Amino acid sequence: MTTLTAPPASVEKYASAFESLDDSDFPQWLITTRLQAWANFSDLGIPIKRRGNELWKYTNLRPLADAEFEYGTIGLVSLDEIRSNGPWDDAWDTVVVVDGNFSAQLSNLHGAAGLTAGSLAEAISAGTDDVESQFASLAGRESYAFTALNTAFAGDGVYLGVAAGAQLETPVHVVFVSSDLAASRVTYPRLLVSAGENSSFTIIETYINLAGPAQLTVPVVEFFVSRGARIRHYRIQMENEKSFHIGTTRVDQKGDSSFSSTSFAVGALMGRNDIHTQLGEPGAECTLHGLYMTSGRQQQDQEISTTHAMPNCTSNQFYKGILSGKSHAVFSGKVVVERDAQKSVANQKDLNLLLSRGVRIDAKPSLEIFADDVKCGHGATAGHVDRDTLFYLRSRGVDEDAAKAILVRGFAAEMLDEFKPAALKEFVERITDGRIETLLAESDTLGTV
Amino acid sequence: MLEIQNLRVSVLDIDDSEILKGIDLKVNNGEVHAIMGPNGSGKSTLANVLMGRPDYVITEGDILYDGKSIVALLPEHRAHLGMFLAFQYPAEIPGVRPWQFLKAALDARADARGEEKMSVRDFSKLFDEKVEAVGINPQLVKRSLNEGFSGGEKKRHEMLQLEVLKPELAILDETDSGLDVDALRIVAEGVNSMRSPDRSFIIVTHYQRLLNYIKPDVVHILIDGRIVKTGGPELALKVEKDGYKPYTSVGATA
Repeated sequence: MTTLTAPPASVEKYASAFESLDDSDFPQWLITTRLQAWANFSDLGIPIKRRGNELWKYTNLRPLADAEFEYGTIGLVSLDEIRSNGPWDDAWDTVVVVDGNFSAQLSNLHGAAGLTAGSLAEAISAGTDDVESQFASLAGRESYAFTALNTAFAGDGVYLGVAAGAQLETPVHVVFVSSDLAASRVTYPRLLVSAGENSSFTIIETYINLAGPAQLTVPVVEFFVSRGARIRHYRIQMENEKSFHIGTTRVDQKGDSSFSSTSFAVGALMGRNDIHTQLGEPGAECTLHGLYMTSGRQQQDQEISTTHAMPNCTSNQFYKGILSGKSHAVFSGKVVVERDAQKSVANQKDLNLLLSRGVRIDAKPSLEIFADDVKCGHGATAGHVDRDTLFYLRSRGVDEDAAKAILVRGFAAEMLDEFKPAALKEFVERITDGRIETLLAESDTLGTV
Repeated sequence: MLEIQNLRVSVLDIDDSEILKGIDLKVNNGEVHAIMGPNGSGKSTLANVLMGRPDYVITEGDILYDGKSIVALLPEHRAHLGMFLAFQYPAEIPGVRPWQFLKAALDARADARGEEKMSVRDFSKLFDEKVEAVGINPQLVKRSLNEGFSGGEKKRHEMLQLEVLKPELAILDETDSGLDVDALRIVAEGVNSMRSPDRSFIIVTHYQRLLNYIKPDVVHILIDGRIVKTGGPELALKVEKDGYKPYTSVGATA
C-alpha cells in the first residue's frame, strides 16, 4: 500500500463490534476465516471511491459509509408479521432467520425426505456434510468489501442441503427478517445451499424488514450445484424505504446442471443484487432474470455476471426495470466466455420503462469472449410509453389512469409470469399493483412522447 | 346520430398545419358512409379527430353526437357514448392479453354507464364465440395484444373488438389496407352482420375494393381536407374506374 492511498472508509465503525464477537462455540477454521475476512475488509473499507472502480462507478455509497449501524441485538418477531409482509404458504418448508439468527420457533419444516434445512451455526459446529470446505469458498475470501464484511461476522444463517437424487415437491422458503427495533442496525444474512447430484428443487429467498429506521442488510448466498442438479430460485427484496441492501449471490455449477433465478427487487433506498454464476463444467445452463422498480429517490443495482469456463454451456440474463420519481437504476451485465468454452450460448438483455424525466438508468451490458465458436447477443433499452398506445386504450373506453396502469402492468407481466408457486405469484402481483400506483403518482412523462 | 359542422382541424403545436378545411357531414342512424380519398387527403385525420385523438386541435366547427357536442370529450368518454375506432395501425401492447384488454374496456364502459358488468363466464363465452367468428387463431389470443401480429392479424383483432364492444357508431380507418381477400371478406361479413337500424358506420378507405363487400348508403370523396363530392354507391365505382384525378380540380376551386 502506498502512502498516497486514502485510508479505507468506515472500517472503525465496524471494528468494535467485530472485536466483541463471541466465537466460543465455533471451530477454529471458522474463526480463522473470520479473521482473514476482517483483515480483508480493514484493507478495503466501504467502497466510496467511484472513479476507476467499475463495480461502484454509478453508485454513491457515501450515505452508507457515513451512517452508523448497531450490531448484535436480536429482536422479537411474530409469525403473523412474517406472513403478512412476505409470501407465505403453509405447505412450503420455511426457514426463518431473525436479525441474522435462525429461529426454530418461527420456522415451519415438514421433514421432506432428502432435505436438511436449519441453522448454519449448528451445521458449522456439527461439521455437517461439506460445510467446512464449502463455506466462504465462493464468497468471502475475495477482495470485495461486502462479502468480506459479511464473512467477518459470519456465525449463524441458514444451511440447506439437498441429497443427491432428491426431488423436492414443494418449495423451500428462506426468510430473512429484520425485526422492529428502534435502532439502525446492520445484519449479515448468510445462506449456504448444497444441491446434491441430480437433485431438483425450488428455493425462495425473501428479505423483509419490519423496522422503522434505516437498516443495513449485507447478505451473502453461496450455491453449490452438483452435476445434473436443477434449482429454481426466487429472490424477493422487500427492505424498508430507508434501508441499504447489498446482496451477493455466488453460484458454482457443475456439468449439466441448471440454475434458474428470478429476482424481485422493490425495497430499500439503495438495493443491490449482485449475482455471479460460474458455469464450470460442460452442459451447465443458467437463467438470471429479474424485475426492479424504483420510485422517489430510490436506487436499484443489478450486478449480473456469468463465466462460461467450459464448452456447451448456456446463459441467459434478462432484466426489466420500471423507474419513476427521481430514482436511479443500474444494470451491469457481464458475460465472460473463456478460451475453452466453445459452443457457448449467451444472451443478455435489459429493458427499462422510464416514467419520469428525473430518473436515471445506467445500463452497461458487456460480453468478453475469448472463444471463437460462440453465439452471444446483448442489448439494453430505455423507453417511455407513447401517446399512440395510450390513445388506443382510451379509444376503447379505458380512462387515462387505468390505461397507464394497464401498460405498466403489461410491461412487468413477462417477469411476473415467471413466479410459479401460487402464493408467491399472488404476493409479487399484489406488491407490483401497489407499487405501480406509487410509480404512476410520481410519473410526469408517460404518454407524452 | 353524428353531425359534423364546418370542421377545421390542425396538428397540435404546428403552425399552418391545417388538415381538415371545413367538413360538413351527417350520418343518420343505421347508415353506412364511405369516405374515400387519396393519400394525404385528411381522411385518417378525420377518423382520429372524431375519436378525440389528442394530437390535433379543432380550430373551427363542431361535432355533434346525438345532438350534443363531443369536441370537449376525452376519447374514453366518446367510447362510453358508443363510438369506436378501428385503427389503421393498432398499437402493440406487450404483456396485455386481448381477453384482459377487452374485459377492461367493457367494464370501464359499464361503469361509466352505470350498468352491471358482464360476468367473467358470460364474457368468456362471448369472447370465444367472436374469436371464432372473425377467424382468429385461438392460440394468438393468449399472446400479448398485437405484439408480433401480422397486419392481417391486427385487423382481425380490431374486428374482434368491434364485435365484442358493439358500438353504435363504428369508424373503420383503412381497415382494408394490407388485407388479403379472405381477411377482407371477414371484415365485410363482420360489418354486414352488425348492420342494424340503430348502428352506423363510417368506413374510411383509399380503395373501392372493400365496398364490393360492404354496400355503403353514402359515399364521400375527400380531397385536400374538403369533401368535394357526395353520392351513392355508384360514386365508389366511378373512383375505381377514373381515380381521384377528376375531383382534384374541384377540390382546388372549392
